[in-house]
Amino acid sequence: MSTKYRVIYCLNQFFGGLGGEDKAYQPPQLFDGARGPGILLEKLFPDIQIAATLIVGDNYFAEKTEAALREILGVLTPLFEAQDDDKPHVLLAGPAFNAGRYGLTCGAICRAVRECFAIPTVTAMYPQNPAVEEYKKDVLIARAGEDVMGMEEAVRSMAVLAIKQLQGEELLPDRDGYIPHGQRKNYFAEKTGAVRAVDMLLQKLAGEPFVTEYPMPVFDRVQPAPPVRDMAGARLARVTSGGIVPRGNPDKIEAASASRFGVYSLQGLSAFSGETHQTAHGGYDPTFANADPNRVLPLDVVRELESEGAFGSLHGSYYATVGNGTSVANAEKYGCEIAKLLLADGVQAVILTST
Amino acid sequence: MVFERGDFVVDEVRFGRKTELRDRVLFVDEKGLIEFLVSRDDRIDTCTISIAGPGDLTRIICVKDVTQPGCKVRGNRPGEGRKHVLENVAVITCGKIVGFQEGIIDMSGAGAFYSPFSSTLNVVLDIDVVSGLSPHQHEEAIRTGGIAAADFLGEAARSVTPDTMHSFAALGDLTVSPDLPRVVYVYMLLSQGLLHDSYVLGCNAKQGLPRTIEPTMLLDGAITSGNCVSACDKNTSWHHQNNPVVRELYRNHGRELNFVGVVLTNEPVRLAAKEASAEKTIALVRELNGDGVILSKEGFGNPDADQMLLTRGLEQAGIKVVAITDEFAGQDGFSQSLADTAEEADAVVSVGNANERVVLPPMERLLGPISDLDKLAGAWPHSLHEDGRLEVELQAIIGATNELGMQVLSCREV
Repeated sequence: MSTKYRVIYCLNQFFGGLGGEDKAYQPPQLFDGARGPGILLEKLFPDIQIAATLIVGDNYFAEKTEAALREILGVLTPLFEAQDDDKPHVLLAGPAFNAGRYGLTCGAICRAVRECFAIPTVTAMYPQNPAVEEYKKDVLIARAGEDVMGMEEAVRSMAVLAIKQLQGEELLPDRDGYIPHGQRKNYFAEKTGAVRAVDMLLQKLAGEPFVTEYPMPVFDRVQPAPPVRDMAGARLARVTSGGIVPRGNPDKIEAASASRFGVYSLQGLSAFSGETHQTAHGGYDPTFANADPNRVLPLDVVRELESEGAFGSLHGSYYATVGNGTSVANAEKYGCEIAKLLLADGVQAVILTST
Repeated sequence: MVFERGDFVVDEVRFGRKTELRDRVLFVDEKGLIEFLVSRDDRIDTCTISIAGPGDLTRIICVKDVTQPGCKVRGNRPGEGRKHVLENVAVITCGKIVGFQEGIIDMSGAGAFYSPFSSTLNVVLDIDVVSGLSPHQHEEAIRTGGIAAADFLGEAARSVTPDTMHSFAALGDLTVSPDLPRVVYVYMLLSQGLLHDSYVLGCNAKQGLPRTIEPTMLLDGAITSGNCVSACDKNTSWHHQNNPVVRELYRNHGRELNFVGVVLTNEPVRLAAKEASAEKTIALVRELNGDGVILSKEGFGNPDADQMLLTRGLEQAGIKVVAITDEFAGQDGFSQSLADTAEEADAVVSVGNANERVVLPPMERLLGPISDLDKLAGAWPHSLHEDGRLEVELQAIIGATNELGMQVLSCREV
C-alpha cells in the first residue's frame, strides 16, 4: 500500500478560486480537500492527499500580518489535535511566482506553521520575488518560474521537497531545485582539498567551466564617521576586541568565536595591571598583554590625557570581546548593541583597539 | 639531483627494551627516549611517553606539534639523498604553553573523522619543563624536543628495507612540456612572531621570505612549526613534511601540467609588509613564467588579507589562481566566512567551516596536561556536558580544516 502524505495547502484568494482583487480582503478560511493547484498536485502525486486548503486574501494578510498569522494558526490548530492518523504531515503554500504580496504571505505562513506545529513547510517562488530575501533563511522555497506558466514544474518541486523532508533526506539547492538558505554546511568531499585545488586550476587554465567552493561575499563598506569637532568637550569610550577582561574572566568570554561581550567598570582605575586584568583572547601570544593589559587597551594614557583635558570625559565602563575566529555576523551584532549603550550615555567618540 | 623517500608502514608501536623496527613493529625504548630528551635540553624536567593508536578510546589534548619520524640514510644536504620515513607513525608533543590554542586529537568517535592523526600510530610526549621559563623558552624546548624524539625513533628505520620507495627530482631536472601549463605553488607560512612562528631550515620565517625553495627540501623536512595558534588550520611539522599540494603537483607533472616552482611566502603583521611580500611573491612567480598558481594558507583572519592581496595581484598579472582556505561562517553557518575578500578570488577551495560544532564522546584515557578543557580555542564554558561528552568547534581539532588541503572536508551552501 502506498504511503499517504496528508497536506495542508495554502493559497491566496485568486489561486483558491474565490475571486480577484475584489476578494483580496478575504480573511483566513479553511476548506475541505483540494482546490486550484492542489488538484493538480493530487493528480501528479497519488501518494499525496490534501486534507484541507487554507485561503487568505492578499491584502488581508499584508495589512494585518500579525493578527492574520494568529488567526491562521488558530484555524489550523484543530487539525493538529486530530487522531495521529489524521494529523497533517506537511504544509505547502503557493507557488507565489513573482507576486510580492502572495510571496510574503506564503513565507510568513510557512515559517510560523513550522515553528508552531513542528511540521515541514514548503513554498515556491521566482528567485527575484521580494519575499525571497526575507524568508530564504528560514523557509524552504522551491525555485519557480516568473508566472503561472511554471505551475506544474513548481508544484512538482514543492511536492518532491516535501516528501524528501518527510523521509529525512538531505537537501541540496542545485540538485533539489530550491533557493539556498545562505547557510554554510560542512560535508566530506570525495577528494582531498589539494586534489580539488589542482583539478580546479587545470579547469581554469584550460578555460573550462569550474565551480568555486566559496563564492566571494560582497562586503559592506563602513563609512568612517566625520571627525569629532570639539574633542576637548567630547565624551570618550573604550572598546576592544583584544579580550582584556578582569582577572578570572568573570563573563567567561570564549578564547575564540566569542558568544558575548563584557561590560566592565573603569571607576577608580587609573590603569590596568597584570593583577587586576588579563586577556581572554586565544589568537595571539598573551604573555605581554597579561604582563601589562594597557598594551592592548591603554587606560594609563587615556587617564593622563583626561587629566590634561584632551577630551571632555570618559564613559564609566569599557566593552570587551574576543575577535578571534568570531564570525562577522556576531561582531556586527555586538557592535550594534555596544553603540546603543554608548549613545544612551551621550558618548561621541570611541577608541577601539584590536590585536 | 634526486631526493628519495623510503616509506615504512608499521603495524604496531610498542614499548620495548631497545628502539628498533622488527617484523613491522616499532619498539620504543621508553626509558632511553626519556633520558635522551632530558639530557639534551636542561629546560626539560620530565617527560611521560604514551602510545595511542587508531580506534583507541583515547583523547590527546594540548597538542603542540606533530612530527613524522625518519632518518637521512644518504646525503647530508637538505632535499638530496635518501630518507627513510615511518609513514604512519607520528610523534606528538603536548604542553600547556599559552593555555588556549592547544588542540585535540581523538583516536575514535566523531572527532576521528577530522584529524589525520586519528589514523596514525602516535607516540605522545607530555613534556614538563623546569619552572621559571618564559612561554617562548617553553615553546622552543617542546618544539626541538619533539623533533629530536622523531629523529631518535627514526633511527630504527636506518638499516631496514623500506616497503615503498618514491623518487622526487629537483625541479630543474624535470622535463618541461611546452604544451602543458606552468604551475607554481605559493606556500604561505604563518610568521607573525610571538609564538606564531614557522622555521625554514631552522631560521624563523619572519626573515628571508618570500623566496623560492626546492620541493625536495620540503619533503625532506625543511619547514618546522612553532605555532601556538588555533588547532584546526595550523600546519604542523608533519603537514609540512607531507605537503599534499607538493605531492599532487609532482604526481601531475608531465601529464596535466609542468610543476615549475615553489615560492615560500610569509604572513607578516603590518600592511606595508604584507604589500611588499605580495609584490615580491608575484615577481618570483613571474620569473618562473607561471601560468597558474595554487595558493595555500595557514591560519585565519589576518592571513585572509595576505591571501587576498596575493590572489588579486597574481590575477591582475594574468596568472590564474586557486586559493585554499577554511571558513569561519559562525556556528550556525550564516555569517560571511572570511575577514577579507577580493573579486578576483573566483576559484576557491573551501576546506570547511571551522566554527561548526561537533560532539565528541567521552574517552577512557586522556593524554596530555589535562586542565581547563573549556578554555581551548573552539570550546566554551558549557563545552563539557555532564555525561562527559565534549562539544567543540572544529577549530579545536588538530588539522581539521588544514589549508594545505590534506583532508577531504569541505563546505557548501545549503
